[in-house]
Amino acid sequence: MASGPGAPGLELEHVTISIGGRRLIEDLTMAVAPGEIATIMGPSGSGKSSLLSFICGTLEPDFEALGLIRLAGVELGPCPPERRRVGILFQDDLLFPHLSVGENLEFALPASVRGRAARRAKVAAALAEADLVGFGGRDPASLSGGQRARVALMRTLLAEPRALLLDEPFAKLDVALRARIRRFVYVHAQAASLPTLLVTHDPEDARTTGGPVLELG
Amino acid sequence: MRFVPATVAHGQLGRAQPAGTARQPVRGRWLRLIPPLTLGLFLGPILAGLLGTILPAFGYLPALGGERLSLAPWRQLFAAPGLQAASQLSLMTGLLATAIALALTILAFAAGQGTRAFRRARRLMAPLLAVPHLATAIGLAFLLAPSGWLVRLITPWLTGWQTPPDMSLLQGPYGFGLTLGLVVKETPFLILMTFAGLGQVHADRHLRQARAFGYGRIQAWLKVVLPLVYPQIRLPIYAVLAYSLSVVDMAIVLGPTTPPTLAPLILRWFSDPDLTLRFQAAAGACLQMLLVLLAIAAWRLAELLIARLARPWLTSGGRGGSGRLGHWLAWLCLGVVTLLAIGGLFALAVWSVAGAWRFPAAWPAELTLATWARHLDLLARPIATTLLVGLAATLLALGLVLGCLEQEQVSRKPPGQGALLLLYLPLLVPQISFLFGLQVILVRLGLDGTWLGLIWAHLLFVLPYLFLTLAEPYRSLDRRYETSALALGKPHWQVWWRIRLALLLRPVLIAAAIGFAVSVGQFLPTQMVGGGRLVTLTTEALALANGADRRLVGMVALSLAVLPLVAFAVALALPAWRFRHRRGMASGG
Repeated sequence: MASGPGAPGLELEHVTISIGGRRLIEDLTMAVAPGEIATIMGPSGSGKSSLLSFICGTLEPDFEALGLIRLAGVELGPCPPERRRVGILFQDDLLFPHLSVGENLEFALPASVRGRAARRAKVAAALAEADLVGFGGRDPASLSGGQRARVALMRTLLAEPRALLLDEPFAKLDVALRARIRRFVYVHAQAASLPTLLVTHDPEDARTTGGPVLELG
Repeated sequence: MRFVPATVAHGQLGRAQPAGTARQPVRGRWLRLIPPLTLGLFLGPILAGLLGTILPAFGYLPALGGERLSLAPWRQLFAAPGLQAASQLSLMTGLLATAIALALTILAFAAGQGTRAFRRARRLMAPLLAVPHLATAIGLAFLLAPSGWLVRLITPWLTGWQTPPDMSLLQGPYGFGLTLGLVVKETPFLILMTFAGLGQVHADRHLRQARAFGYGRIQAWLKVVLPLVYPQIRLPIYAVLAYSLSVVDMAIVLGPTTPPTLAPLILRWFSDPDLTLRFQAAAGACLQMLLVLLAIAAWRLAELLIARLARPWLTSGGRGGSGRLGHWLAWLCLGVVTLLAIGGLFALAVWSVAGAWRFPAAWPAELTLATWARHLDLLARPIATTLLVGLAATLLALGLVLGCLEQEQVSRKPPGQGALLLLYLPLLVPQISFLFGLQVILVRLGLDGTWLGLIWAHLLFVLPYLFLTLAEPYRSLDRRYETSALALGKPHWQVWWRIRLALLLRPVLIAAAIGFAVSVGQFLPTQMVGGGRLVTLTTEALALANGADRRLVGMVALSLAVLPLVAFAVALALPAWRFRHRRGMASGG
């Protein structure tokens, strides 16, 4: 995966997704620069999540998808999901219930970080960043919704992604919490210079990104 | 099969619907009796049977003159020739078969979960599971015997043999054939149970998440899905282990003979004309039970150990490769297992219509229906008995299970983990360990060799499978369908019958087909309770299996395999036809 020419961000070119002959997404072309948060809005069933699955490489076989995805100039199409280095946050935080909070973070840490001490230090730093010092040994199920959301983001960032996809990650949080977590996610995505693609049907999510917004029919 | 749900429902509702005023409390009162009745009907015989085995093991069996407790049967048992070798063989084949079946299951899911091919392969598993163990075993024997089909296919051009070789994969001293047979039968079972377990743990979403972190397919499955799904399949694994350690019919066909594994050896003592051997046999049946407990305990210990040792590996960050090698390995192994199972059935079919078929020839000289024509009358009674017992046990079990599940809905109290364990009891206790005692009791009650006794004995095994299959769809049906029907002013029984049962037609019929298949496959309960007076296809097939006439054996074993498959076909076709104009019913209830 040598990096080619072209723009450094995430690019979609003429992406079309259909299921059973029904077009969900038609000829979508867009580019997201590093540190930029682009939003795709649309009602449920409009194919927003399918688009993210297509970018991740996990689109169900029933779907048909055409078009190019490029990340840092490299085409993702031929890569299996695990080689794409695309981080994704879902509506459910999907912390693995059989691992502790710290182990969840360590799971995402690349194997290139060697040695127990070095790995633990990275995990501790991530916990501190999420304002969860000392939570490493906790059961994820014992955390509040906001805490879980923060752990989920830190976990995704520890895997060192080159792009970030957000699949309505704030939908299940209550209103007061939503603004805080949203800010937390946006700040970290921008600090890591990640091209970020957000799908949502909450206009407030889109308004606060300061990035481009695209409406799907 | 067609009238299965109808008959049961009328029986049920006849009780459940009070004359005149249909009020919930009255309905609840009748319904409330069903779970304890069910438990009594199926736990009673098992516990009584265990007691009836343990007492003679310590010398107490007044009918045979054993009036005082003593350790003599145990001394007799341990002095019996071949006991140690038989026990070792049982442990080895049982543990090995379970471990291999589990490994294949894990490999298949790790390499294949979420792929389209794997989803298609799933549909093949249910019919493979439906074929009785004995039919699969005889089919395998037809393939693997020294003069079997596989040798014929490579002889003489590859082997140079003119006569069947002396050595055999089957019945050799290490139980290779038995282990293979168990793997062929138990892998589909574990695969289907794993499919059922995956839905409970959101496996797909976790898998997708792990792969987004850069994990290869196989590592992601092993590190994330396996730890989550294993607790869901733990009891099924123990059931496979218990079954494999104590199987009789498969062991007689595919296992070694001198000595055999423990369970067939015990059965030999039970059937010996020398009645004093019964005490020794009872002690042996207790030993069998202890072996199973020991094996389960050892397995549990290994689980804990592996979970502990693997913990650092889970979070070490290793992503693994593309898993292409694992992918091919999985398809290869599953392919071999499936081919052996289907190939065996094909061998049965070909033998049953074979004319002259000399040794090295790969195909019979002629195909003829002579065997079927000559022996068809031999099949009539076993088929009738098999159908009657199977349908009766299935209907009874279905009525009880539906009653239990409906009571659960009414009381809104789902049963806990303890109830699940009770349900698994007949699958965890070796059959031979309580069937002896049960037989003694049935003889006392004058029920041995009767239809009632036999149907009851089959019920013990049909009921748990039926419950396990039906519980999930029954519980997950959206209650609001019924609420809206009640709001339209329909009485309870009509709502249950016309809404719930109608919506659940497909899972109900599939559960019934599984129950029927379980009944058809029962060897030991039929042999011990039927007492030779009631003969089913299974007991008939095993009686013939050691005889020489492969054509006849092929015919009986093929019939044995086909009967449950027909039930499955009906269970799939009937709802498909009934709802052919209802797209919303396409993927089951």
